[in-house]
Amino acid sequence: MADTITATHISGHADHHDVDYLHDGKGMKSWLTTIDHKRIGVMYLWGILFMFFLGGVFAMLIRLELLTPKQTIMSAETYNKVFTLHGAIMVFLFIIPSVPAALANFVLPLMLGAKDVAFPRLNLFSWYIYMIGAFIAIAAMVTGGVDTGWTFYTPYSTTTDGSVALMTFAVFVLGFSSILTGVNFVATIHNLRAPGMGWFDMPLFCWGIYSTALIQVLATPVLAITLLLLLMERTFGIGIFDPKLGGDPVLFQHFFWFYSHPAVYIMILPGMAIISEIIPTFSQKTIFGYRAIAFSSVAIALVSFIVWGHHMFTSGQSQLASAIFSFITFFVAIPSGIKTFNWIVTMYKGSVAFNAPMLYALSFLLLFGIGGLTGIFLGAVSVDIHLHDTYFVVAHFHYVMMGSTVIAFLGGLHYWWPKMFGRMYNEPAAKVACALVFIGFNTTFLPQFILGSRGMPRRYYNYLPEFQFLHQLSTVGSWILGLGFLIMAGYLFASLRKKMDAPANPWHSRTLEWQTASPPITHNFHEIPTIGGGPYDYYRPVGKGREA
Amino acid sequence: MDSIRHWMLGPQGSAYANDVDVLYMFLVWLSVFFFALIVGMTVYFAWKYRRTKEGVLTPNISHNLALELLWSVVPLIIVMGIFFWGFNDYVRASVAPNDAIEIHVTAKKWLWTFEYADGTRTIGNLHVPVNRPVRLILTSEDVLHDFYIPSMRQKNDVIPGRFVELVFTPSVPGRHQVFCAEYCGKSHSDMMANLFVDSPEVYQKWLEEGDPELQTMPPVEVGKMVYENKGCNSCHSIDGSKNTGPSFKGLYGRVEKFTDGTSVTVDENYILESINNPQAKVVAGYEPVMPTFQGLLRTPEVRGIIAYIKELK
Repeated sequence: MADTITATHISGHADHHDVDYLHDGKGMKSWLTTIDHKRIGVMYLWGILFMFFLGGVFAMLIRLELLTPKQTIMSAETYNKVFTLHGAIMVFLFIIPSVPAALANFVLPLMLGAKDVAFPRLNLFSWYIYMIGAFIAIAAMVTGGVDTGWTFYTPYSTTTDGSVALMTFAVFVLGFSSILTGVNFVATIHNLRAPGMGWFDMPLFCWGIYSTALIQVLATPVLAITLLLLLMERTFGIGIFDPKLGGDPVLFQHFFWFYSHPAVYIMILPGMAIISEIIPTFSQKTIFGYRAIAFSSVAIALVSFIVWGHHMFTSGQSQLASAIFSFITFFVAIPSGIKTFNWIVTMYKGSVAFNAPMLYALSFLLLFGIGGLTGIFLGAVSVDIHLHDTYFVVAHFHYVMMGSTVIAFLGGLHYWWPKMFGRMYNEPAAKVACALVFIGFNTTFLPQFILGSRGMPRRYYNYLPEFQFLHQLSTVGSWILGLGFLIMAGYLFASLRKKMDAPANPWHSRTLEWQTASPPITHNFHEIPTIGGGPYDYYRPVGKGREA
Repeated sequence: MDSIRHWMLGPQGSAYANDVDVLYMFLVWLSVFFFALIVGMTVYFAWKYRRTKEGVLTPNISHNLALELLWSVVPLIIVMGIFFWGFNDYVRASVAPNDAIEIHVTAKKWLWTFEYADGTRTIGNLHVPVNRPVRLILTSEDVLHDFYIPSMRQKNDVIPGRFVELVFTPSVPGRHQVFCAEYCGKSHSDMMANLFVDSPEVYQKWLEEGDPELQTMPPVEVGKMVYENKGCNSCHSIDGSKNTGPSFKGLYGRVEKFTDGTSVTVDENYILESINNPQAKVVAGYEPVMPTFQGLLRTPEVRGIIAYIKELK
């Protein structure tokens, strides 16, 4: 453990009989009854990676179908179900839980110098809720499927056939998993920071997760209520959203986006949080503008609650409402811009290494740049009227959801993989996969901006012949993307089959999760760490970092 | 420059479309600038400060207030400008001038129906005169739809149980594409329509003679369409039941008695007279309330309604 920095407390007492968390208890039962945040994080990881695979298969099918206008491989009804399932799986079963429930569950307590999260049993309970929700969702897929789009807009969703009720119930259940994880993280960050660790001594990852947790706790109940109302209308015919029953379909959109816009930040803030860790580590440099990044996370979380109407400029809402929502929406650009420039300037006079996690972080800066800048187009009302519900919007949110959040998630996965499993993966293969993902992603989604601005509406099974070339380019991109993920799955699984070889701190990071063994022991640290400095004190010699 | 605009945004159909495109292209170049700045700084810093030696210490540069303010305030000013620009155009384009032609649009899975002030109804084809403001008043009979004319840069959701409006002033004659842009199920992507922007003469001719398909449709079907769309059905039943006016069922060839005591066997000329001058002969037992349809029905439509009545035995 030569690299250990807070070595005085930890390695000095290293007990060779202490086993790592992966080997502390054997068999299925020891995993299914564990209250160790690291094991729960790993169980979440397998769950969400499976869902990512499933959602990815649906994505490939969508792109394949769109290779030609009219039928290529499936009927219109099947296509409608496939794009619905792609969206619903990716949003509710993959992205929302991806960073918080899987990665943050693992590293957050370690970063804070804590033994576990504040409520370990609640943590396991939320994993079970997630699994139950996932099974209900799969049941909905195999018992008729859903063709409403992931947005469940009424009155289509209350009148169409299929397992809409079951699917909304699944999302309802999954929401509770999200709420409980959020509550757990808020309590953990408030109460379990190591002695001496003030709020501004926390790694910025914790600030990002904290902001995310606040949104999860405050916004998710609104989704739960909305879905419950939808279920009541669909199942019992109680008129809430359908004008035939005396309801208002636009009301559903207000309710839905009141959750789902903040949910966009449930997805992006944790991605930003990861980038705030990777860039200082691989630049060996103090993060530039710690407080600006921390407060901009909180600012984004707060503003996210009052911009939902920008999804509804064409919904028939009043012009005054559109004006107000457009105005506030532009304020989201400011904290996002602040973060971006702070990350870039952090590299200034640093010592930049280009390992796989850093390549993902650099990709993030470029892709989030495109995702953010194209958001400005959609915030301007007159331009949005033209672009709303076209492929421009599809491309924009994929640059944010996939180009930013998923890329950051992959960066985080590669960053903490040695810590989680005690093994290094094949670095050259990881670089090749990262490059393929980057190229494939851009080939898939850049053409979609042009498709959209030329007027190609989204959720189209059939399209005019003039759009075919750009659609085909996009489909070819999805194959490159798929190849990148295939290689990634290959070297990650291969790494699990070899002996543990990861050092405690392969990237020479100063944050606490790296100051314990890889993989960590069950109780994380042999003794509670005490903190005397910041998480990014790369200007001090190793060993004079964060000790008291 | 203009070719880039055309490649990105496609044809323009109105002066407003150009306004939208000017802002769009401004945002494109603004984005290119900032993206180049991001890429440039990222690549420059990453390469210039690449790691050449392990284990070095780096300077502690924690923050710089002037820089932080620079990249907060400058973007803020820019986006506020964009807000006013976009909103101003939007409001200007949403207000219909007084001389606007009003056309009612009804969406139903998966068809667009257009209804003009003179009662003309068309399905899937919308005709408007060039350079006159058009105010569409839209509603849906089932789920949400969205009326989207890319070349006019205009769209609006079409909502059941509510009217919404969409305003545009076409300046480019010819055919323009209309899409449904709000997902509505199986044939969502086939729910298209044609917008024909006609010269005033062609538009007038079209209003008088109607769609060419009127000429090719079987007269009975034309008659049924007229019966349903022009209001005949509110007073005349087709099942023999008594309404405000006599039923069409079995009307042709029947001997009708009138309020003045005369009678006639119903034939083509009697029907034509009743359409153009309903008060000339009023059937006994009914009030003289039918308005004249003189000039409101085209010849093929009159022929159609006669064929339809003949069919209802």
